[in-house]
Amino acid sequence: MSASATLVLIVGLGLIAWASARARAFALAPQGRNRPRPAEQGWYAALWTAIPALLIVGVWAWSKPFFVRNDVLNHPAAQDLPSEAIDRAAVLSEARDLANGAIDAAFNPLAETLAMPWVAAEQKYALVGLILAIATAVGGGAFGMLRLKPGFRAGPRVERFALMIAAAASLIAIVTTAGIVLSLVVESMRFFALVSPVEFLFGTTWAPETSAAGTAAGSYGATPLFWGTVFIGAIIAMLVAVPLGLMSAIYLTQYAKPKIRAWIKPLLEVLAGVPTVVYGYFAALTVAPAVRDIAAAVGVTSASSESALAAGVVMGVMIVPFVSSMADDALTAVPRAMRDGALALGSTTSETIRQVLLPAALPGVVGGVLLAVSRAIGETMIVVMAAGLAANLTLNPLASVTTVTAQIVQLLTGDQEFESAKTLAAFALGLVLFVVTLGLNMAALSLVKAYREAYE
Amino acid sequence: MTAAKITARDVSVYYGEKQALESVSIDIATEHVTAFIGPSGCGKSTFLRCFNRMNDTIIGARCTGRIELDGEDIYGAEMDVVQLRARVGMVFQKPNPFPKSIYENVAYGPRIHGLAMDKTELDRIVELALTRAGLWDEVKDRLSESGTSLSGGQQQRLCIARAIAVDPEVILMDEPCSALDPIATAKIEDLINQLRGRYAIVIVTHNMQQAARVSQRTAFFHLGKLIEFGETSELFTNPRAEKTKDYITGRYG
Repeated sequence: MSASATLVLIVGLGLIAWASARARAFALAPQGRNRPRPAEQGWYAALWTAIPALLIVGVWAWSKPFFVRNDVLNHPAAQDLPSEAIDRAAVLSEARDLANGAIDAAFNPLAETLAMPWVAAEQKYALVGLILAIATAVGGGAFGMLRLKPGFRAGPRVERFALMIAAAASLIAIVTTAGIVLSLVVESMRFFALVSPVEFLFGTTWAPETSAAGTAAGSYGATPLFWGTVFIGAIIAMLVAVPLGLMSAIYLTQYAKPKIRAWIKPLLEVLAGVPTVVYGYFAALTVAPAVRDIAAAVGVTSASSESALAAGVVMGVMIVPFVSSMADDALTAVPRAMRDGALALGSTTSETIRQVLLPAALPGVVGGVLLAVSRAIGETMIVVMAAGLAANLTLNPLASVTTVTAQIVQLLTGDQEFESAKTLAAFALGLVLFVVTLGLNMAALSLVKAYREAYE
Repeated sequence: MTAAKITARDVSVYYGEKQALESVSIDIATEHVTAFIGPSGCGKSTFLRCFNRMNDTIIGARCTGRIELDGEDIYGAEMDVVQLRARVGMVFQKPNPFPKSIYENVAYGPRIHGLAMDKTELDRIVELALTRAGLWDEVKDRLSESGTSLSGGQQQRLCIARAIAVDPEVILMDEPCSALDPIATAKIEDLINQLRGRYAIVIVTHNMQQAARVSQRTAFFHLGKLIEFGETSELFTNPRAEKTKDYITGRYG
């Protein structure tokens, strides 16, 4: 019997438990206040039936292969297995694949011999597992049912279980994040064993070369990458996104009639939903050549077809809805009384916005911009497609520059050994990016939070 | 009796389809404090906000009839709403100082209207406004602190100083004490008494004792209509309308 059939069986048993416990609630106390709530009773019995049994299925799925393997090794034919661990494992895995039908013929004749015992062991332990699961379900169900008496409150126990499930779900997200950070840190440590952190953080030449495992070749000064990231994400993109986003938020919150706002706001949000790779095409195929042609037309001959300007401008446009919606929130949070106060003193709308609303909303707006920067510097597709890969340390927006994210992509694409400095460098870059965006997010959130509290 | 500062004739206000004020006519005199009283939703605040066209900022609000300030139609094409609001100041229900320093709060109006030639003159205007609002002695040593750091009553007097600083002719007060404790309320009422005569003051209040204490003339509104308007002492002791009598004796409201 397959695992999925076992699961269906357990769920079926749970349903039966649910229905009978529900019926029992009515039987125990046909009416009156003392009657337990039927739905709670049902769930209580169903959970006792299904959850321990499902746990057994899980544990069994994990431990069965060990039992099977052990059985096969105890088979008389297994005496002929080679003593070398790696050869042994090869034969055994061939036998397993034969038994599961994954392959039709084996390279090793011994595997053919062991396939039959393997199938027998699989069947035996599958049956054991099934019996264990059913026994647990029945036992658990019976236990649950026996506890259902008048006056027994199943509700809080069911609630507690629901709480545990919810807590476990949120824990998974946190544990995953911690795991990601840990793996970044561990891999980065391995990189920093090969290349000194000082060279990595402050060196100005970025020229990683392929090398054997455990060695470093080329130079790993990441400053040009950091500069390129800041230049595109925090400077050029923000020069585009902050004025556009802020002005559109001002228009939407202060000037636009409700009807117009109801149209424009969703349209602006559509921009935020465009996949970044589409922006990448746009940057690489339309904006970058246009930038080059315009530069050439005004006499700049050195303009590259991949430029910081093109990538930064497109990224800025991508970020506009983000800045706009943060600024919108900040401006809306300024109490109406503030605006009325300014208007009642005879301020024009623009005076009110410039002198009262914007200063009042500033912390919220700054928080939004910081979040936007953190998004921009983590953005990958646009820079991979439009900014180029040349690690130039330059102030010229028409030159090609590269960013941390673009280099990570570059370092990790293709068949690479995950042991050399070249690939490990990607983790160190990722770690720097992670630390910086985390810092930005925390600063931004605390600003926004302090701002919200000021007006509550 | 001198000429009216503000004359309103047949003023009706609509919020969308809903009529909030029905054909109200009234004269506001310079030398008096005029109180608008009435139960919640009777249209008294709505009417007040017509005098400086603050209803313009509410989407869907519409005003008909004629309101004149010194004979000029305030809803006329000639009227610059910015100038109007400089002449007709307003104090709101909840103190709403700007998130700026005390000095900047008061200097804001004179700055945007270009009332001061230089810093010295601006300083003088700020001091005068704060003095008239009875706040100068309390804040003169901390003018650079934030306006929001003051207590509620001080904040409200700061807002009055802010309104006075642009040298208005009329001051509208929309339940200025409803967010304040009794002591702060008493201070504001004293202040209103001192300001009387210099400015035409119109105060909306829920509190009948307050209307009796600070005003010389009182208008009673009910369900968007002006029920009765007259000398405060007369209206409270000898109301003509049955509804007024019921309201001031506490039958409803």
